[in-house]
Amino acid sequence: MKDKASQPVIEARGLNLVFQTADGPVQALKDVNLTINQGDFVSFIGPSGCGKTTFLRAIAALEHPTSGTLTVNGMPPDEARRRRAYGYVFQAAGLYPWRTIAGNIRLPLEIMGFSRAEQDERTARVLDLVELTGFGKKFPWQLSGGMQQRASIARALAFDADILLMDEPFGALDEIVRDRLNEEVLKLWARTGKTIGFVTHSIPEAVYLSTKIVVMSPRPGRITDVIDSPLPKERPLDIRDSREFIEIAHRVREGLRAGHHDD
Amino acid sequence: MNRVLPVLTVLTGIVVIWYAAAVWMNAAWVFDQAQRAGQEVTWAEVIPQTMDQPRPLLPPPHQVGAELWKGLFGQAVTSKRSLVYHGIVTLKGTMMGFGLGIVVGVLLAMAIVRFRVMDLSVMPWAIISQTVPIVALAPMIITVSSQLGLSGRDVPKAVIAAYLSFFPVLVSMVKGLRSPDQMQLDLLKTYGAGEAATFLKLRLPASMPYFFASLKVAVAASLVGTIVGELPTGAIEGLGARMLIGSQFGEPLIMWAALFAAAILAGLLILTVGLVERVARRRMGVPA
Repeated sequence: MKDKASQPVIEARGLNLVFQTADGPVQALKDVNLTINQGDFVSFIGPSGCGKTTFLRAIAALEHPTSGTLTVNGMPPDEARRRRAYGYVFQAAGLYPWRTIAGNIRLPLEIMGFSRAEQDERTARVLDLVELTGFGKKFPWQLSGGMQQRASIARALAFDADILLMDEPFGALDEIVRDRLNEEVLKLWARTGKTIGFVTHSIPEAVYLSTKIVVMSPRPGRITDVIDSPLPKERPLDIRDSREFIEIAHRVREGLRAGHHDD
Repeated sequence: MNRVLPVLTVLTGIVVIWYAAAVWMNAAWVFDQAQRAGQEVTWAEVIPQTMDQPRPLLPPPHQVGAELWKGLFGQAVTSKRSLVYHGIVTLKGTMMGFGLGIVVGVLLAMAIVRFRVMDLSVMPWAIISQTVPIVALAPMIITVSSQLGLSGRDVPKAVIAAYLSFFPVLVSMVKGLRSPDQMQLDLLKTYGAGEAATFLKLRLPASMPYFFASLKVAVAASLVGTIVGELPTGAIEGLGARMLIGSQFGEPLIMWAALFAAAILAGLLILTVGLVERVARRRMGVPA
């Protein structure tokens, strides 16, 4: 178990990604080096344009690096996607309004060719995991924003990927709902042992959730600091008032500020 | 009740204006007759005489209503004088053209969304096609189809109807198939979904509201197309032919009755499409 926990799942070496835009090339990622191990909860934090989302998308093979190497489970991202290495949660829940909640969760399973019986079994299981049991037959508009986002997390979990990539999943929700969902994500992480990549622009969210915080800065998008959190795995909400928590938050803030000096 | 009242108000207004116009337009004939007979007529005598002329310039509502009633229920529905008979002929043409228009519109939209070259080459022509007056095009289509040895008027009528009805379907479906945003497309990409799955699971269902909105326009356009297809020489069946006969033989009542029969048919068609849409929307989870 100890061996598995230290295994690198995602590795980036000298990663560069340049977008060709109408205004000329934009360097979205510059010389990014990062190792994410099995079971890590990694947050990417930084101002807009720092490349945090681009990096997550590159892991998901939604963007393709211009140079450098990026491996997911030891293979190129495209290959990893074919092997269902990750589930992706976007900022908006993006549930199909014409499908029920269960129907939405079945979507990836249908595409991946799971049998009908297995679809039902898995749907029930992940609905339970995000505490939405009994809501399977509802349509998305009948659920609150927080519940919709939980359903979209269930959808990403349905096909048992080892990695969960989340791109500001709670960015559009109010703080009270966000606190609750943060707690639930931690519980989920503890229960499933997944490796999670989490993009956020909230310092408390990043510090509260992560075992590793990656601070990034813009123009060009790059990593300015990687903080291994000393916080215990078990984290009640009021850990945010502890001295350790405040110290890490302070370091993240310093990192963000340092990045901005370069402008 | 809240929805009926405004409709009734407008309807009453139309009937009042219609009667006033009928008196005004038909009075000329009454005055003319009186003058020839060397008589003087007062308006009090004129007005009743404008209400039941055999060939009025503008038949008042009750005359049209009576003629319509006679046309619909006055004889067996198989009679050549029955508006039900002619209505069914027109309905058949409309449905064929509607079906053809949907198939052509949807297929073209699929091709346009899938292939950029289709977007660049076909779309402008589709728009130009609608600027050609159908009245000018209809006789040509009929001539060509008889040149091709197609007997009967069913095919050319359907083609004319489809020519009008494919366009709203095409435009709406192009918009509908393109309606999924980048995030939804990315989501499917993360599942490794191919083009077929993306089309069936996302693009097609997302386009359905657009599709149904276009059907109402398309079915009405299809009816107009069918009637226009029945107008050119040689047609003896259908509401369009009935209108033409009425106009050529100076029987305005026949023309007006056929016109109203066509309007009723259009209303029924749109109502039916609306009903189908409601059922589909409910199945797709839209709040009622």
